[in-house]
Amino acid sequence: MKTVYINSIGSISSQKTFDNSEFLDDIISYEDNVISVVNPTYRDYISPGDSRRMSKGIKMGIVASKIALNDAGLETVDAIIIGTGMGLLKGFEKFLKALLDNNEQFLTPTSFIQSTHNTIGGQIALGLKCKGYNFTYVHDSISFESAMLDAKLMLENNEANVVLVGGVDEIGDYTAELHKLIHHIKTEKVHSAKLLKSQTEGVVYSEGANFFVLSNEIQNTSYAVIEAIKTYNTLGNININKVVSEFLKENNLDIETIDIVVLGNNGDITHDYYYNDLSAGIFNSTQQVYYKHLCGEFNTASSFGVWLASKILKTQKLPEAIKLNTIEASKYKTILLYNQYRGENHSLTLLHKC
Amino acid sequence: MKTLKQELKENIIEQLNLEDLAIEDINDDDILFGDGLGLDSIDGLELIVMLDKNYGIKLTDPKEGRAIFESIEVMAKYISENRTK
Amino acid sequence: MSRGVAITGMGIISAIGNNVEENYESLLEGKTGISRVSKIKTIHRDDIMVGEISFTNQELEQQLGLSSDNNYSRAALLGSIAAKQAIVNAGISNINKYKTGLISSNSVGGMDMTEAHFYDYFQNDAIQKYINGHHSGDSSQKIAEQLGLEKSFVTTISTACSSSANAIILGARLIKSGQLDRVIVGGVDCLTKFTINGFKSLMILSDTFNSPFDEDRKGLNLGEASAFLVLESDKVLQAKNKPVLGYVKGYANTKDAYHQTASSDNGDGATLAMEKALKVAQLSSKDITYINAHGTATINNDLSEGRAILRVFGNDVPLFSSTKAYTGHTLAAAGAIEAVYSILALQNNIVFPNLNFKTQMKEFNITPQLELKEKELQTVMSNSFGFGGNCSTVIFSKKQ
Repeated sequence: MKTVYINSIGSISSQKTFDNSEFLDDIISYEDNVISVVNPTYRDYISPGDSRRMSKGIKMGIVASKIALNDAGLETVDAIIIGTGMGLLKGFEKFLKALLDNNEQFLTPTSFIQSTHNTIGGQIALGLKCKGYNFTYVHDSISFESAMLDAKLMLENNEANVVLVGGVDEIGDYTAELHKLIHHIKTEKVHSAKLLKSQTEGVVYSEGANFFVLSNEIQNTSYAVIEAIKTYNTLGNININKVVSEFLKENNLDIETIDIVVLGNNGDITHDYYYNDLSAGIFNSTQQVYYKHLCGEFNTASSFGVWLASKILKTQKLPEAIKLNTIEASKYKTILLYNQYRGENHSLTLLHKC
Repeated sequence: MKTLKQELKENIIEQLNLEDLAIEDINDDDILFGDGLGLDSIDGLELIVMLDKNYGIKLTDPKEGRAIFESIEVMAKYISENRTK
Repeated sequence: MSRGVAITGMGIISAIGNNVEENYESLLEGKTGISRVSKIKTIHRDDIMVGEISFTNQELEQQLGLSSDNNYSRAALLGSIAAKQAIVNAGISNINKYKTGLISSNSVGGMDMTEAHFYDYFQNDAIQKYINGHHSGDSSQKIAEQLGLEKSFVTTISTACSSSANAIILGARLIKSGQLDRVIVGGVDCLTKFTINGFKSLMILSDTFNSPFDEDRKGLNLGEASAFLVLESDKVLQAKNKPVLGYVKGYANTKDAYHQTASSDNGDGATLAMEKALKVAQLSSKDITYINAHGTATINNDLSEGRAILRVFGNDVPLFSSTKAYTGHTLAAAGAIEAVYSILALQNNIVFPNLNFKTQMKEFNITPQLELKEKELQTVMSNSFGFGGNCSTVIFSKKQ
């Protein structure tokens, strides 16, 4: 089985991450419950003719994928695999509202087409003229992990050599209001620095696109090795410490081998306990890092976590703003990421320095 | 008062999200589809809806649209002759 | 020859039957499930025809024994019914005994509930439970729960019309690589105003019975359905002596990369998908004995697919037919229900007819199989070519 590398990255997030030469040099703080991204100049990447039919999510995906491809020095790839938790909400909201408001009359197809989940992957393929394997996963907080798993399977078994993988989600305004109604999104504004102390239900909601070129061929500019990925629909009654210990054992590792654990705390008092259990449990002597105070929460926010871990492994730098505890790792070689959303769809990702 | 042709140009720019174009940029006899303005089959469907919504003209076959939408000139002529709104 | 992945169970619910036996009987009898839509209030009722499942949501909830405070969408209900049939058919008593996964698929998730309640959520507490049921992953989580699957790999694919074919492909790859011992694969889509209006705005819905590969075809009929198959590894088969229904022998997924919605006129993506699937199966085109075509009866698909079939098979085009005149186009579920039909064809050595055909398409001279035909079948190729050119082909075989 071949080794799988993250060869390049491309990110659009609530921090200025679209420039690969920087690494969270200036942290942007927010005080809100819905935050958007720091936009690159989309026109630099997408012609007006193409852009006119693209919603925010598609634009973010196209640009993040172009940044990743440029970073890897590639014109095209063998396969494109996307993860999106909610799909393209703006197109869906526009089409459904038009349908309901006009009693099914005078409906135009553009927003319907834009609402289909695999449009992102489709538009990227069109742009790259890539006729290869093209999958889209739409499964809550493991949408991105499903895409990565599939790509890893493909590369390990030499079904392809270069795969573009991405996680994308865009904000839908009405959907956000609905999620505030059921307290999945916080109803009050929260400051980034105080996110984990908010003591309230719900998250600070956001959007973003994080893309990676994965390959079974290492480059001298590679970021990381993907050692293992595992997802769990539910954990039943099993304690998270036990689940993670089992995972490490399956991969012939012990706790001490993990230099940094990247946790997906999102400030939701009803479900952050999984992360707190790990922090106080098996990882109480490990350097802990969090990131959703920087990028917000959305179904594919864990792709920002992978972006972060990749940057740490390559630059061997760790920004102050992401430290969750005061323990300092002696080296940055092996990183474990853990994420879940509302107690379901848990994922563990193991990355290693090249 | 706007002429029908001006109205059509405005509608096309808005409906099809042609952000970069102004009314002055579209000539009455410019070819709209293919190599001209670069519109495609999805735009054709959008224009069919526009015909129905704004002018009360219902087309049932998308292929009819291509002939009618050849240029602003041709569109305006067809609409003047067939509009019910 | 490459080793196929064993299929040990199937479950299905569609407009032509509520389980495998009923679907098979309808296929044999030429009994279509296409009619005017009855459960959805739409202004287009008299302009479209659909493949609708007869059960109401209440009836489906009762079959599953759900409590009244459930928040299942119709998609979750149909998917649960079909998936449970599949594991019973596969003789599975302890689902967590082996490394098991579920790969489901759908296009619009819980949209039936969303569109019914979209503006009412702020005034009505009781329906707020459906807000979280909107996203595509929700029905898959519920299906996993219905199957008793815990602490496992569960995911959802959404690539329009090729979705459940893609679920089968991923499942086969996971078994072959040893990552899973067993995987339940398939998909579901229910009829919704959203999809009815979406396809209407694309002007590809027919106002009458759809007629695949017919010169005068007018477009597709939407349908609703769910189907799941159980794939199991050699390890499980050796431990448990159970009948194998067929094998997933070859597969491929490609992209036309031609246009946002239409397929290229010469069927580039479709051609590539069929050729690659043969390569994975290590078979030649001459080994295929029947093609269950995508055949949606749209102007674009049937032309594109017909040309692609000619490019791949040349002068030796096998018997082919589309079963969409029976069920309608069930979107994400199409690949899975047609996989069930392909296995039924293989098991019974029968080719199902392409209904409603009257006139040969002028662009080529291959004609679909119009009558039910008994024929010794060794391999069946099933095509699912999605909206926007996401093309999948799966090859099923009798022998491993």
